[in-house]
Amino acid sequence: MERVPIQLTVNGQPYQAEVEPRMLLVHFIRDVLNLTGTHIGCDTTSCGACTVLWDGRPVKSCTVFAVQADGGEIQTVEGLERDGQLHPVQEGFWEEHGLQCGFCTPGMIMTAVALLQENPDPSEEEIRKAIAGNLCRCTGYVNIVKAIQYAARKMRETAPATAGIAGGE
Amino acid sequence: MTTTPIRGLGHPVKRKEDPRFIRGKGTYVDDIKLPGMLYLDIVRSPYAHARIKRIDASKALAMPGVVDVITGAELEKAGLAWMPTLMSDRQMVLPTDRVVYYAQEVAAVVATDRYTAADAVLAVEVEYEPLTPVLDPFKALEPGAPLVRPDREQKTNHIWHWEAGDKEKTDRIFQEAQVVVSQDLYIPRIHVCSIETCGCVVNYDRATDKLTIWMTSQAPHAHRTVFSLVSGIPEHKIRIISPDIGGGFGGKVPVYPGYVIATYAALKLGKPIKWIEDRSENLQADTFARDYHIHAELAATRDGKIRAMRVHTVADHGAFDAAANPSKFPAGLFSVCTGSYDMEAAHVAVDGVYTNKPPGGVAYRCSFRVTEAVHTIERMVDILADELGMDPAEIRFKNFIRPEQFPYKSPTGWEYDSGNYPATLQKALDAIGYQELRREQAERRARGELMGIGISTFTEIVGAGPSHTFDILGIKMFDSAEIRVHPTGSAIVRIGVQTQGQGHETTFAQIVAEELGLPVENIIVEHGDTDTAPYGLGTYASRSTPTAGAATAVAARKIREKARLIAAHLLEVSPDDLEWRDYAFRVKGAPDRFKTMQEIAFAAYTNFPQGLEGGLEAVCYYDPPNLTFPFGAYVCVVDIDRGTGQVKVREFLAVDDCGTIINPMIVEGQIHGGLTMGLAPALFEEIVYDENGTMLTGTFMDYLLPTAMETPHWKTDKTVTPSPHHPLGAKGVGESPTIGAPPAIVNAVVDALSHLGVRHIDIPITPAKVYQILLEKGVAE
Repeated sequence: MERVPIQLTVNGQPYQAEVEPRMLLVHFIRDVLNLTGTHIGCDTTSCGACTVLWDGRPVKSCTVFAVQADGGEIQTVEGLERDGQLHPVQEGFWEEHGLQCGFCTPGMIMTAVALLQENPDPSEEEIRKAIAGNLCRCTGYVNIVKAIQYAARKMRETAPATAGIAGGE
Repeated sequence: MTTTPIRGLGHPVKRKEDPRFIRGKGTYVDDIKLPGMLYLDIVRSPYAHARIKRIDASKALAMPGVVDVITGAELEKAGLAWMPTLMSDRQMVLPTDRVVYYAQEVAAVVATDRYTAADAVLAVEVEYEPLTPVLDPFKALEPGAPLVRPDREQKTNHIWHWEAGDKEKTDRIFQEAQVVVSQDLYIPRIHVCSIETCGCVVNYDRATDKLTIWMTSQAPHAHRTVFSLVSGIPEHKIRIISPDIGGGFGGKVPVYPGYVIATYAALKLGKPIKWIEDRSENLQADTFARDYHIHAELAATRDGKIRAMRVHTVADHGAFDAAANPSKFPAGLFSVCTGSYDMEAAHVAVDGVYTNKPPGGVAYRCSFRVTEAVHTIERMVDILADELGMDPAEIRFKNFIRPEQFPYKSPTGWEYDSGNYPATLQKALDAIGYQELRREQAERRARGELMGIGISTFTEIVGAGPSHTFDILGIKMFDSAEIRVHPTGSAIVRIGVQTQGQGHETTFAQIVAEELGLPVENIIVEHGDTDTAPYGLGTYASRSTPTAGAATAVAARKIREKARLIAAHLLEVSPDDLEWRDYAFRVKGAPDRFKTMQEIAFAAYTNFPQGLEGGLEAVCYYDPPNLTFPFGAYVCVVDIDRGTGQVKVREFLAVDDCGTIINPMIVEGQIHGGLTMGLAPALFEEIVYDENGTMLTGTFMDYLLPTAMETPHWKTDKTVTPSPHHPLGAKGVGESPTIGAPPAIVNAVVDALSHLGVRHIDIPITPAKVYQILLEKGVAE
């Protein structure tokens, strides 16, 4: 089958590749880039295990062709850590026991990261709505909600410093 | 002395497995990629019952990138067209002449990448002659019904009949009983749907003649033995690695045809083979749970004392009896259905039946049919209460096995280890404000609102099991642990059970920390690799803590006994003069003279007494003397929308008693998850087939797993009644909530409608089902 050249940035790293037009973004991420943190749990865009950020917005990468993401910026769970420091959402999942088997976790974390970028102080109801496209079979969601609340608190506490830098521009 | 905290039993230690998972660095089977690896995909049947007239793979084989197409005819020549199931039945790996359920494996293609493999699946031409399927197990038992399994000697769809209890005594009590209530209950077919599907990567190394299979397996050792027996490959030449597993819940206990075909392909082609199901395949063809058609009766006195229980069940096992029950228990532990209540007699009979559906009868986060048992008794007790006009809490208090009756011999032969049922229910009722809720209900009813309160006071039976009774394919259901303490006082623990999210790497380390006085962070737990872990039967049926947890404690105690000798040598006292206290061996009467395990470990390699072996390690294969019986009291409050029939779980309180708690954070997490997997079949999940046997719920678009929006904010509490026979007093917890929650929810819904004359509703209680009732009762809005 004909291959199409694409270039995109994944976790800040530029990549060029030639892919079949039908290749799903999730397979590109997993099989071509070997970033296996992004998982596949269904074939109907239901489970959200494959959620990544595409230009900052959460998408289910099983429902995006790699060629669609050409020129785009992708962030996966592997790109969250900064200078050896866990992202507050990652930290929240560990602190609040927000995961068990860990399979839905990367997708759940990426959805939460996107939520907190839009809404730094979500209510429990808002968190539950935001993660309704991510299925978890182990945790019953209670601790996932707590994990995201933990991250929200932590990010708010550290946000003023960041805002100060931004305000200096 | 070490200053690092030990953090043994009872500490909410953060999980050791999490750092890799939150970074996306877990290793699940589909993450494994080997050089030259080929991809296997499976052609599946569009019919529930059909003769295969012809399979033509020529077009598929002509496609670039397609390496091979494997059919049943080829496997037959290799003696692999059939494989034994764990229930002494046999199952087609690939069919030679007929298919017996929708989505059954028909052929397999091997290609250089997964896209080409999927294309080739479509290119394999199969000509079928459709046959009449038999889908209803009652019709399957009628004379002249189409035969699901003509390969068997017995020309019937009846698989087995199984009974427990005293029929004569039970029948006699029913004859003379003041009150008898009866009810048909159907517990539908459901699917575990772990978010990771099943699959494997198989590598055969010709140079070492070794077969390595990375496999989504809840029981890697048992699977290795089965693979060896089926293939004839010596067991030491097979290594099964169950890496990180994305949820199991029972669905990763059976051996699926895909594993066998992939292994055959790897051996034949000399290349690594990857086979990973997609969700539809997983949901349509992997083994199912439940599908129990139950007729239950209770005999009681007019003042509400239950005297006897009688149950007959028709169990739909699909086309192959590929369940994973212990050999002597084809209906699992269903006979525990007398529950938490003391009665004079019980009789339980179950008939297993073949139908043209995928194999059924595995657990769905449940210890061998206990969910069905608990659902039956907890519904029946409410039905009896309704008959007698009694409060559901009152009738439970009246019939509970009393604390002083333990160990309690049940009428079907189980010996319950320990329990305090009245205390647990009272705690739940007080915490939720039961009397206040009843008052609120009366007020709302007067206003025409539908509010219900449901109670479930269940008893679990887990930890299979004692070798005198429990085996799978003859292999006794003990479990194991091996501990090695290193010279500098850290340790490695290897266990025969396999985590799929339960947190074994943390909790088993806590057991060793507690028993040896070594800090939990200095203990690493490994599992799931048959070349390194001691033999065990794996993780399902809440058996890890009762069996391998006990083995870990006992192995640690063996190490401690040797450590005592070394400590005596170091302190120049007699071993009898030492006592183990505050995580050290101390001289009796002079507690300041002591040796820590870290000091002893160093001496075990550098300065051990003459006549003693060096090193510090132990193995235990633990044969539990009995099962364990966790229990709990759940209260559920629901509101029903008269306009839509939707049930809203307003509040749910789970008071669980799982004996000694190793890690309260993990126990609570297990309960949250278990409750959600109880909510799911109660309100949402059901596998449905049309009249042709085609599954109508084969994707997540049709089979509704609860999301965060449907799931309530669970509340939990506990009582602690240790198991008297487990070395730590622990009982296991992962499945209690899944079995305890559904009847609490159903009882609440029925309670909301009871004043309208509703006595029972089968699960799942969908809005459509409820709205139909509201219409019939004239209260729909």
